Amino acid sequence: MDKPFAITLNPGSSLANHTGSWRTARPVYLDRLPPCNNQCPAGEDIQGWLFDAESGGYEAAWRHLTRDNPFAAIMGRVCYHSCESACNRGKIDEAVGINSVERFLGDEAIKRGWKFAAPARESGKKVLIVGAGPSGMSAAYHLRRMGHAVTVMDAGPYMGGMMRFGIPKYRLPREVLDAEMQRIVDMGVTVRLNSKVDNILEQMKSGGAGGSFDAAFLAVGAHIGKRAMIPSGDAARIVDAISVLRSMEGEDKPLLGRRVVVYGGGNTAVDVARTVKRMGAEPIIVYRRTRDKAPAHDFEIEEALQEGVMVKWLSTIKQAGDKEITIEKMALDDKGFPQPTGEFETLEADSVVLALGQDVDLGLLNGVPGLEVTKDGVVKVGTDLMTGHPGIFAGGDMVPAERNVTVAVGHGKKAARNIDAWLRGETYAPPPKHEVAQFEKLNPWYYADAPKTVRPMLDIIRRQSTFDEVQGGLDESNALFEARRCLSCGNCFECDNCYGVCPDNAVIKLGPGKRFQFNYDYCKGCGVCVAECPCGAIRMEAEEI
Amino acid sequence: MSAQQTVKFYQTGTFTVGNRLLAPEERSVQANMQRTNSINSGHRACQGCGEALGARYAIDAAMNATKRQLIAANATGCLEVFSTPYPETSWQIPWIHSLFGNTAAVGTGIAAAIKVKRQKGELREDVRVVAQGGDGGTTDIGFGCLSGMFERNDDVLYICYDNGGYMNTGVQRSSATPPAARTATTMPVGPEPGNPFGQGKFVPAIAMAHEIPYVATATVADLRDLEAKVTKAMGIRGARYIHILVPCPLGWGTASHDTIRMARLAKETGIFPVFEAEHGEIKSALAIRRQLPVEDYLRPQKRYAHLFGKKPAVDTIARIQAIADKNIRRYGLLENQH
Repeated sequence: MDKPFAITLNPGSSLANHTGSWRTARPVYLDRLPPCNNQCPAGEDIQGWLFDAESGGYEAAWRHLTRDNPFAAIMGRVCYHSCESACNRGKIDEAVGINSVERFLGDEAIKRGWKFAAPARESGKKVLIVGAGPSGMSAAYHLRRMGHAVTVMDAGPYMGGMMRFGIPKYRLPREVLDAEMQRIVDMGVTVRLNSKVDNILEQMKSGGAGGSFDAAFLAVGAHIGKRAMIPSGDAARIVDAISVLRSMEGEDKPLLGRRVVVYGGGNTAVDVARTVKRMGAEPIIVYRRTRDKAPAHDFEIEEALQEGVMVKWLSTIKQAGDKEITIEKMALDDKGFPQPTGEFETLEADSVVLALGQDVDLGLLNGVPGLEVTKDGVVKVGTDLMTGHPGIFAGGDMVPAERNVTVAVGHGKKAARNIDAWLRGETYAPPPKHEVAQFEKLNPWYYADAPKTVRPMLDIIRRQSTFDEVQGGLDESNALFEARRCLSCGNCFECDNCYGVCPDNAVIKLGPGKRFQFNYDYCKGCGVCVAECPCGAIRMEAEEI
Repeated sequence: MSAQQTVKFYQTGTFTVGNRLLAPEERSVQANMQRTNSINSGHRACQGCGEALGARYAIDAAMNATKRQLIAANATGCLEVFSTPYPETSWQIPWIHSLFGNTAAVGTGIAAAIKVKRQKGELREDVRVVAQGGDGGTTDIGFGCLSGMFERNDDVLYICYDNGGYMNTGVQRSSATPPAARTATTMPVGPEPGNPFGQGKFVPAIAMAHEIPYVATATVADLRDLEAKVTKAMGIRGARYIHILVPCPLGWGTASHDTIRMARLAKETGIFPVFEAEHGEIKSALAIRRQLPVEDYLRPQKRYAHLFGKKPAVDTIARIQAIADKNIRRYGLLENQH
């Protein structure tokens, strides 16, 4: 090259200078586990489906959601959404309304008629499921997706189990329940209603057409109301809460009179009280401890109080008579246990409803070798949900666990995965969990302030007199807003911050949906990308020197 | 001035570099896969260099605004030293290295040459000129040429990358070094340790006194604001001045990963007012989002370590707070908060 005066070298680019050699630590992209996902008893990828919903891809979001839980519309109404308590956004303003977005997606799916695809290929294996409740139907869905032939048997006249016979209509409209049950039947699941299983081993052998069942999943729930010894006159009317709720589903509504005392402090007690209020009666809940010690969720107690349900805290029933009951005042001792005070009070009462918890009807398990029952009257299972008898799995309210719909749905999925592995002679090994994306890993500066969208509530008069749904849903615009409040904890949402803030231009943007890559030839390891990543999806790792 | 975004609300509002939910034309220049990368990889700036980042932000935006018809003159200083050691360069734009003190004049010359060539019909494209330098080359050594460029209203955008000292020669004091800061020439000794109070100058205010069409300040912590200001400046003819705060891990004694955080703290404490002015009048200021005491900004910097010894220098910190408070009053930094 012909060079000007005093120039001896050809011009070159700084790209020849690989500044990556300066580095003592390197940034690495990773996915951390969002706290909502970590918390979800049904194992939903909440951050994942919110990501789809954020761009208006509602069907993609619903399909993403239903990879783990087929009941979006039901969950969006009855799930106690512990995910929202774990949500990191709660530390900035308010938690993301995950539950309300889930309901929006579920309702959208019903409205648009989205269906589940039938399995691509049949496995040739047959699985019997006993119980068409949340756990059984969830297992049916997952097993069917894996290509197994599934038969569900239920003693009751409808699908849904406790979702129908335990949850009142004003919390879960029946057309929503029916739509999400039917969608699973449409995948090719056989459901036999009014078919009580008396002996599981015989039922598995009989199998129906095509020989015996290869495995069984038991999810019969807990339907027997616990009784308490209450001295009572002959004329006293004492019934259990589950029977009351169940009879609400039939033609013959329960006859409880005007003054109804509900005994207990759990969600079932509150559900019964709110139900009888809507039938025109005057319910009083009697509970032996205080409101903050009651197992019912506080928002349910609050809604009941708004509707005019009375509560006698720190009280036990000593005696029940024809038209009145005697209650004794209690006082909490140092350890927080209620102790009698010897002070009595009389309440008018036409009937007493016992909401003291439920037991499991284990009749179908008589004579099953290897099967064990705990002292609490529930079935012992391993971490794979298999009972002591090979090939028989169990989940939901009949195994030791917290009793709610979401836990039951989670059991259904977990059992399905283990049954599927067991049918192939393998053991299901869950993939290792990523580390949780704690709030400290985020850079909250980047999130714009945006308060939570509140769902509309039915007006109080209609809540006291009708079974119309109490909590309304979000419409599309505010559901989208709510989805976009997600911080995407621990998972790249392609905000381009790392690509922008690198002083060395050492981040390669791969294009929409493909995220980013580091160019370690030039990355000096300053760590600005890690510090400025809003969602904590980059980590510094020491270089081996 | 707030960031240029018309959409009311998105997951991260206007604060991230990009946003997959925005229409492409509403995204920042830096989010674009086809950005110029005016100053490319392989430069020899320190880890976490604020100036390298600020220069890419500003020049990429200027390139975008001028459809890549841009020439840059560059004063001696860190930016020139680390980007262009003979015979290599990181610049992917027409770029000329001037002397330490005459960049504004070189910019003026290029603009004059372009004007003549266009008058003669020898140049069809509307080529624009940027002159850039550090605070040493701008507020000290090049100040005479800069003031001349302003008063003649030459068609040049001058960009000053202010890191508060002569960093690549070993961190000596400049007239942009803030009070109390330790440098190699203002050691923390004596009754008033560090750089004395009551000295130095704030060149954006002096630029405004020239009543030039456009003056703005920005930081590397608010990219969209910075890009909007450069874009606006390139749409104006005549002398324009943008002063960008670029934290320096070496000179400030901060962790390399804290560069953007330090710029953010400078803005949120009121230490560095972010505003824009037209023809000598303030037009708008970027409001403080979450006000913080200056101590939060000073403490992470080793150049202020002497303020936080066994006995914290409460009086000195209060004097620095008073400077921030005065900025907040003068530029209305707590008004129109969002």
